[in-house]
Amino acid sequence: MCASQPIARELTDAAVASIRLAAHIHGWLLLLPAAVLLVVFTHYPAVATIIDSFFSTPKGSRSAVFIGLDNYQAMLDDPVFWRALGNNIVYAASVIPLTIALALAMAVWVNGKIAGRPLLRLSFFTPTVLPMIAVANIWLFFYSPGYGLLDQVLGLFGIATHNWLGNEHTALACLIAVAVWKDAGFFMIFYLAALQQMSPRLAEAAALEGASRWYFFRRVTFPLLMPTTLFVLINAIINSFRLVDHIVVMTQGGPDNSTALLLFYIYEVGFKFWDTAYAPTLTVALLTLLAILALGQFLILDRRIHYQ
Amino acid sequence: MNSAAAMNPLRSTGRASAAIETAGAWLLAIVWILPLAYALWAAIHPSAYSAHFILNAPLTLENFVTAWNAAPFARYFLNTFLLVTMILAAQLILCTLAAYAFARFAFAGREIAFILVLLQLMIMPDVLIVENYRTMSALGIVDTIPAIGLPYMASAFGIFLLRQTFKSVPRELDEAARVEGAGPLQVLLKVYVPLAKPIYIAYGLVSVSYHWNNFLWPLIITNSVSTRPLTVGLQIFASSDQGIDWSVITAATLMTSAPLLIAFLLFQRQFVQSFMRAGIR
Repeated sequence: MCASQPIARELTDAAVASIRLAAHIHGWLLLLPAAVLLVVFTHYPAVATIIDSFFSTPKGSRSAVFIGLDNYQAMLDDPVFWRALGNNIVYAASVIPLTIALALAMAVWVNGKIAGRPLLRLSFFTPTVLPMIAVANIWLFFYSPGYGLLDQVLGLFGIATHNWLGNEHTALACLIAVAVWKDAGFFMIFYLAALQQMSPRLAEAAALEGASRWYFFRRVTFPLLMPTTLFVLINAIINSFRLVDHIVVMTQGGPDNSTALLLFYIYEVGFKFWDTAYAPTLTVALLTLLAILALGQFLILDRRIHYQ
Repeated sequence: MNSAAAMNPLRSTGRASAAIETAGAWLLAIVWILPLAYALWAAIHPSAYSAHFILNAPLTLENFVTAWNAAPFARYFLNTFLLVTMILAAQLILCTLAAYAFARFAFAGREIAFILVLLQLMIMPDVLIVENYRTMSALGIVDTIPAIGLPYMASAFGIFLLRQTFKSVPRELDEAARVEGAGPLQVLLKVYVPLAKPIYIAYGLVSVSYHWNNFLWPLIITNSVSTRPLTVGLQIFASSDQGIDWSVITAATLMTSAPLLIAFLLFQRQFVQSFMRAGIR
């Protein structure tokens, strides 16, 4: 493939051809096992989702028939779909900036000279290792009306008990808090890695110039961390559409669908109502959304390569 | 730098703001650990004290015993262990072979194949639950442990990560081994795999914690004690309407997270470094 020049000149055309052929065969043989699984469990289901969304749900003896865009029409007329989409947008738009801001603050603190840094890092990172399902159970207890810790703490200030997860206006905010708590420490470590690669001379020079820490952060640290922020942003976006474990445990999408996110609604339609045509239609909607976000990510990453 | 700080007339305000920052950092850390500390409190005290914080509350392990006996947690632990091991072993083999192909063989269609692999980063198995369930029932393997693992075994993330690593291996090492008569697989095992060891450890830790914690797909595809992983078992235990008290549920919750949590506390540095390595690409 890449033999040094004198040897390459001595090779006959036939030998070169046989090396090239071997590269084709070896390459494909090595790739084959992974390719088979990818085709069966990623590419095929992605295509099948789209095909199934054009068919009806088989009922009893009637098998699925082609119904064109009827499922999509039903989706556009479905208030629960719009509710779930809206919830998901509110959820993502709250979780992502909060998580990133906290992760950044945590990283700056853990990277600085604050007393007890190892303990801080431990406290921030520990929620990351726990299963979301365990986290959700712990927070369910935390939020429980009357004797949960939240109500007890608020009780000290004379605030009446409240059914946090049972109220349409507070339930989604409660789930947002859980997601932020779980992920901020995870993203902290990426910022920490980037901060540790920054030259300490920058801070020294800024201190000599008499720049305040906040000014230094705003004008030097934050711009230098931009590539990390983009990486974290992409992962945070994906997580906010991919992870619904806490909803299954804490609210089941209720009360009155106020905490239904898209993937949770797909799960409900597909595996509680067993609607095998409408669930793929909703999946197409989610995949389209992810594709648009991926396109944005591609454009951003493209720019990132240019300025590095 | 010290002399610069000493000359700075603003150093006392600097000190005050540093104190405020320290206080803020500690406040956040306390808020962050509070839910977990609260769960631990409830788990190791009798249920009468689960929301009643006094220093001389009696300690007990009774909640853990009750939880352990109330559901087949031993079996769930075994299932999770089998699942995580099976997925990791398959991922290491499949991703190594595929990454080697992408890194070192100029085969026809390599670029297109690589894009098709990366597509999985966007179209994740977590989202394709409806169609993958159909495939599993067509294959007749619903409610088996391999069915939980199959969609995740060919991991685009693993292939990408290892391809980057293999590409950074100097060609000279590869060629030296070939001159000595080693075939493609021997070169892979003797040159590439040993050099990528830190990446394997990083990927392994990330994979194990991901699949130990995974919930939605296992919930859908399993429906018996002999296949359910811990997360699904915990959820079924916690949501049964038999009036199990909170102390027992929190004990079960901590029990199911304990192996990962203890491993993390013991190998903190490796965990953090591994997550960092696997993330920065």
